Amino acid sequence: MSGVVTTTGQGLVVSGAEEHFNIVIVGHVDHGKSTLVGRLYAETGSLPEGKLEKVQAICRQQGKEFEYAFLFDAFLEEQEQGITIDTARTFFTWKGRQYIIIDAPGHKEFLKNMITGAARAEAALLVIDAWEGVKEQSKKHGYLLSLLGVRQFAVVVNKMDMVGYRQDVFAGIEKEYRAFLQQFGAVPERVIPVSAKFGDNIVYHSQAMPWYEGPTVLDLLSSFKKETASADQPLRFPVQDVYKFDVRRIIAGRLTAGRLRVGDSLLFSPSNKRANVKSIEAFNVEPPPMSAEAGQSIGITLDEQIFVERGEIATHPGNLPHVSTSFKANIFWLGKRPLERKRKYGLRIATKEVECEVVAIHRIIDTTDLNQQQDGTSVNRNQVAELTIRTKSPIAFDIASSFEATGRFVLVDEYDISGGGIVTEMVPDEQESLREEARRRDFSWVKGEVSVEDRAKQYGHRAAVVLFTGGRHTGKSLLARKLEGRLVAEGRHAYLLDGENLRRGLDADLSEEEKGLTAEMARRYGEVARLLIDTGLIVVSTTNPFGLAYREALEAIRTLVHPAPVIAVHVSKTAEEPPPDTDVVLSGPVDLDAAIKQVMEALKHRRVLDESLNAKPTPQYSI
Amino acid sequence: MKHLRRLEDQSVYILREAYKHFDNLAMLWSIGKDSTVLLWLVRKAFFGHVPFPLIHIDTSYKIPAMIEYRDRLAREWRLNLVVGQNKQALAAGMNYTMGRDVCCTALKTQALKDLIDEKGYTGIILGVRADEDSTRAKERYFSPRDKHGDWDFRDQPPELWDQFKTTFPPGTHIRIHPLLDWTEINIWEYIKIENIPFIDLYLDKGDGTRYRSLGCAPCTMPVKSTAKTVDDIIEELRATTVAERAGRAQDAGRGMEMLRKKGYM
Repeated sequence: MSGVVTTTGQGLVVSGAEEHFNIVIVGHVDHGKSTLVGRLYAETGSLPEGKLEKVQAICRQQGKEFEYAFLFDAFLEEQEQGITIDTARTFFTWKGRQYIIIDAPGHKEFLKNMITGAARAEAALLVIDAWEGVKEQSKKHGYLLSLLGVRQFAVVVNKMDMVGYRQDVFAGIEKEYRAFLQQFGAVPERVIPVSAKFGDNIVYHSQAMPWYEGPTVLDLLSSFKKETASADQPLRFPVQDVYKFDVRRIIAGRLTAGRLRVGDSLLFSPSNKRANVKSIEAFNVEPPPMSAEAGQSIGITLDEQIFVERGEIATHPGNLPHVSTSFKANIFWLGKRPLERKRKYGLRIATKEVECEVVAIHRIIDTTDLNQQQDGTSVNRNQVAELTIRTKSPIAFDIASSFEATGRFVLVDEYDISGGGIVTEMVPDEQESLREEARRRDFSWVKGEVSVEDRAKQYGHRAAVVLFTGGRHTGKSLLARKLEGRLVAEGRHAYLLDGENLRRGLDADLSEEEKGLTAEMARRYGEVARLLIDTGLIVVSTTNPFGLAYREALEAIRTLVHPAPVIAVHVSKTAEEPPPDTDVVLSGPVDLDAAIKQVMEALKHRRVLDESLNAKPTPQYSI
Repeated sequence: MKHLRRLEDQSVYILREAYKHFDNLAMLWSIGKDSTVLLWLVRKAFFGHVPFPLIHIDTSYKIPAMIEYRDRLAREWRLNLVVGQNKQALAAGMNYTMGRDVCCTALKTQALKDLIDEKGYTGIILGVRADEDSTRAKERYFSPRDKHGDWDFRDQPPELWDQFKTTFPPGTHIRIHPLLDWTEINIWEYIKIENIPFIDLYLDKGDGTRYRSLGCAPCTMPVKSTAKTVDDIIEELRATTVAERAGRAQDAGRGMEMLRKKGYM
C-alpha cells in the first residue's frame, strides 16, 4: 500500500488536497455499494478514530452482524431496513486527491436520490452482484449515467466470494453487461471482480482471484481523469441576475463554457442585444481580473446600458446558441404523478425559466431492453422517454452533445422538480425565418449614442406595442385611438400605427394578391413597429389589416419586435378563446373608460409604465 | 488553490440563486468559522454588499467572547443583525441540565422557528457542511422544511445540474446550504488565502487549548492544541483523526439525527 491517508468523512478531518474529485457509487439494491465504500474507507485508514469499533459494538448490542454499510447509512431507518435511502457525501484523500464519494441508493423507490447523486459526479462505479447478476437497476443506472453525462465509469462485480471467485461467472457478467452498454455507446474504463465483504481487489489485490491482473478499485480511482471545465469551447455565459447595489450595473452569472475577456463583444440570446465587456468585477481581488473561464461565477459590466435579463445566454458573435420554442429531448421522469401531454410544466434550462408543454411523446424507453419501444400518452415515475417540448416563449439553448450545461434542463410540476433531460435536437418553429431575420437585423443594427434605457428614463416609460386583436367590427380602432389619446394626455410618448397607412405607402408596390399574404404583410408591419419601438414609443395598433388572420399576425409581430413587450388586448362581441398570452380580454359590450383603465393596468403590470424608472436605487446593507 | 476557487464558484452560484428566488431571505450567522466564511462568500457573490439580514440565535449560554465579537463586527461592518432568543423558555429556567436535546431544541430550534414565523422568512441560508456529521452528509443544497420546520429526509427533492428547489408551498421554507461541499480544512485554507477575520477562540493563546467548534459554553469543550496561527491549524488538521465536533455534546449517540429532523440547523 502506498500513499498517505490522513483523513476521513463522517465527522472527521479531510486533509488539504489540491484536487477534488466527485465519484458516485451506483447499482441495484443490495449489490453492496455501501459495503464497498465502507471497506474502502476502513482499509485506507480513512475512518474516524474509534468509529469502526463503535459501530461494531452497536451491532453486537443489537445482535446483528456488522456490515461496513452501517458506517455510512446514517439514518436510523436506513440501518434498521439495511438499505440506503439517500445519497451521502463522504470524503477521503488518497495520493493528493480528495475524493468526495457519493453513495447513491439502489432501491428503485429512491431513483431520484440516485440521480441527485449521479448528477454531481465526475466518475462512477457501477456495482453488480456476482451471485444475482445483471438486474433491472443495474441496467437503468447504466443508462442513466450516460443520460446524465457521466462518461467515466467502471463496473465493479461484487460478492465474488459468493460464486467461489470463479472466472467464468465474472466473464459471463462482463460480457452481458458490456453488450448492454454498447447499445448506447457507453464503454466502461474497467470491469473489476471484487469481494467488498472480504476486501478482495478493493485496496489489496485478491489472493483468491489470481486470474485477475487488472487494477484494484483504489488504483482505478487514481486513474480517473479530472475533466477540466470546457474552457476551450466557444463561450456560453447564462445571465443569472443583474445587480445594481451601487453605481455599477453588474451582470452576474457562471460561465458554463469558454472564456471571456475584458473588451470582448457579446451577443445576448434570445434578445439579440449586443455590447462589449467593460470590466470583470470581483470582491477582494487585486488587480481586477481581465479574463474568466468556464466554471467561474463572475460579474461583468458592459460599455452600454442595454436591458438584459436572467435566462439570456451571452456568447461571442461567431458562435450562437439555438433559439426556438421547440426541441426534442430525452428525459427521465421522477414526478409523483405521470408526465402528460398538454399539461403545463415549468422548464428550467441553465438560468432560464419558462412555461412549457409536452407536444409529443415519441416513445418510452425500456431501459432493461432498449430494443423495445412503447408508445405512450404519458410517462410514469422512473420512466425514460423521448419527447418534443414547446415553450411559451422563445428560449436560447444548445444540443447537449455539444454544450452540456446549456443543453440540459429540468421540468417542474407545481412546486417540484419532477424530471430532467437533455436536448437532442432543435425543432424549428413557424417563427424560425422571422426570428432569423430579426437576429441578422439586430446584430448589425447601427446604434446612435442614446441607449434604449436612456430613452426609457428620459420618457418615464419603456417602449412597447399595444396590439388590439379580434374579429371585424369589434371596436378595436376606436379603442386604439382612445388609448393613444389617453397616453399622450398623461405625458407619454405614444403613436397610433394604422395598418391602412402602410398599405397605401410602404406596401404600394405590392399587388393585390401579395397584399393578401398575411406573412409578408405582417413582416413589413413588424419591421415598421420595430423601428418605432427603437425611438422609445408606445406603439398602439390593431390587427385590422390582417382580417381574421390576427393570431398569425400577432405571433409574427411578437417575433419581430422581440424583446420589446407586445401587450395583446383581445376584443370580441361574445366570449371566445383569445390568442395565447393575451394580456387583457374584453368581450361583450365594452365600456370605453373601464377598458382603457384595464389596458393601463396591464402596461403597469408588464412594467412599460414603471415608477421605478426615475426612482433612486434602494439602499443596501454594506459591510 | 484551484480547488478552493471551485468551491467558491459553486457557493457563490448557490447564494445568487437564493437571492434571486427568495423575497424574504436571511442568513444564520453563528459567529463561528463556517458562517463567517459564508458571510465572506456573500460579499463575494454580491460585490461587497450583504443584501439580506443576518440572524443570530442567542441561547444566552454562548461563550461571552462570541457575543462581544458579534456586536463589534455588526457595528464595524454595519450588518443588519437580527437576534433571536426563546425568552419564554429562558424565563422558565431552560438549561442543559434538563437534557441536552431538550435544551438545544428549545433554545436553538424553537428560537429559530419563532423568528422565522415572526419575520416570515421563506429562505434561510446556513453554513452547514456535509463532513460535519452523517445527517448533514445527506443534505441538499436547497432543503425544504415543512410548516412545523421539520425535515423530511425520507423524501428529499431531486437536485440536478445546479437546478435547485426554489418553489415551495406557502407556509413552508427552504434551508439553503452553500457550504455543503466544503470540509473543515477547506474552511481554514480559504480563511488563509482570503485573509478573513475570525474569532480568536479558535487559537491557542498559551494554555495549550483552543476551540475547534463553537457553541454554548456548557456544552462546548476546547481541544488540546498548540495551534497559534491559521497555518498551525491547517497543519494540525492534516494530521488529526479526531472528529471536529468531538467537543460538541449534542452530537453524542443519535442526537444529531433527532435534533435535525425537528428542524435543528
